[in-house]
Amino acid sequence: MIVRARNVDFYYGAFRALTDVTLDFEKRRVTALIGPSGCGKSTLLRLLNRMNDLIDGTRVEGEILFEGRNIYAPEVDPVEIRQRIGMVFQKPNPFPKSIFDNITFAPKLSGIRDRGEIETLVEGSLRQAVLWDEVKDILGKSAMNLSGGQQQRLCIARALAMKPDVLLMDEPTSALDPISTAKIEELIDSLKKRYTIIIVTHNMQQAARVSEYTGFFYLGKLIEFNATEKIFTNPAMKQTEDYITGRFG
Amino acid sequence: MKWRYFRQSLFFGVVRLSALIITIALLGIIAFLLVNGFKAISMDFFTLPPTDSMTKGGIMPAIVGTFYLTVGAIAVSLPLGVVSAIYLTEYAKQGRFIRIMRIGVNCLAGVPSVVFGLFGLGFFVVFLKFGSSILAGSLTLGILVLPTIIGAAEEALKAVPQTFREASLALGVSKWKTISRIVLPSALPGILTGAILGVGRAAGETAPIMFTAAAFFTAILPKSIFDEVMALPYHIYVLATAGTHIEQTRPLQYGTALVLIALVLGIDLIAIVLRSVVRRKKRW
Repeated sequence: MIVRARNVDFYYGAFRALTDVTLDFEKRRVTALIGPSGCGKSTLLRLLNRMNDLIDGTRVEGEILFEGRNIYAPEVDPVEIRQRIGMVFQKPNPFPKSIFDNITFAPKLSGIRDRGEIETLVEGSLRQAVLWDEVKDILGKSAMNLSGGQQQRLCIARALAMKPDVLLMDEPTSALDPISTAKIEELIDSLKKRYTIIIVTHNMQQAARVSEYTGFFYLGKLIEFNATEKIFTNPAMKQTEDYITGRFG
Repeated sequence: MKWRYFRQSLFFGVVRLSALIITIALLGIIAFLLVNGFKAISMDFFTLPPTDSMTKGGIMPAIVGTFYLTVGAIAVSLPLGVVSAIYLTEYAKQGRFIRIMRIGVNCLAGVPSVVFGLFGLGFFVVFLKFGSSILAGSLTLGILVLPTIIGAAEEALKAVPQTFREASLALGVSKWKTISRIVLPSALPGILTGAILGVGRAAGETAPIMFTAAAFFTAILPKSIFDEVMALPYHIYVLATAGTHIEQTRPLQYGTALVLIALVLGIDLIAIVLRSVVRRKKRW
């Protein structure tokens, strides 16, 4: 278990977005978080690398342990946590820089200077994100010229370049066409050999296709957590069954 | 039905007329200056200092002085304004304190420029003993345009998509590096456009430099930032009101005004061109 949430409550001002969530994420597995809009699944995801710190007036209770250490302990630097726990967003968000600079931006700031090392890192990251063959001749071109699907894979490559242990994905394909979506799903499948992946998705088929474990959220509570196969074939809770059979949500 | 149509065309007519009046006023001023001042414009007008008790000669020292004061005002206000805007938009917790600061900045923009002049005289010239100098004048002009620059920089920073900040922070880049390497470069063209427009205003101001920097007459160019300079707006004021040969120097007055307005419009034009180039390049 690489990441564990322990009795997590989360508030936006007076509004309680998560209630008593306890959940373990297994190393080098894909865990999907599903549920209707506003159920708190993205909120939980953003808690795992302290991205909710950016929003004023929020409060966390309980513990989130990363390799046994509470990431909300006062002595923990969120910058360090985010270097180990990368994130890919709903909408592809490359920087308005070249493809090459998108990848090298964060590694350079974290102290990698050697030219050779940087080039290896760029190629390695782009290969892992299955983008290398498409962009190897245009590394100096602006990332903004790429298609949406390519931009999203660039964002994945950019996250991988920091050599994280965990990759958080917040509805990574919801802004993409079916072909790009299929590519990202294949990519997730190949990445799980090396990374722990936690993916929030609205698409239940996607959760069923890519994940080993699935957590179903409803109204800020974790209703059910189990192996994906179990959730989709024989859910224990009535609400889970109603959701995955499309009766609400 | 007819009444409604009439009301609509009446309203559009008023709107059109208002726009027309503004354009005519601007063109009228420029045409008036061109007709009256064009005779004064010659090579000597740009290269010579005033001669014969300022009834002949050129305005070279005033052009140079205005140039120094404008550059000085930018040097003072741009860093200070950008840093303030970064604090207000990126760091400060939005709340009552920030609201009061914003009101303060906006009030500063509404303060009459002569008050800035008096403040500059009291604080920079007398209290800090800078004397009437480029330094004191630049500082005074810098403070004058500070609200404009803060406003422009805040708008430019707010226009940078939140997703850029999130992308950078999520990579484990610190907040300061995110601001300095991602947010600021994206906002820079907008900040510069605002700064240039602000400085265009500073170049044309008379009251703030009158007590802090401007010399009635000096044929020699400044050697340091502690020297007084002539300046275009003040030179016009002097020729038109304080000299003994007011009628005689009319062409020089118009000529100087023409140079000043060309300078300010030129500065504004740079800002407009810069903005349109950036807009075409912008992809988010």
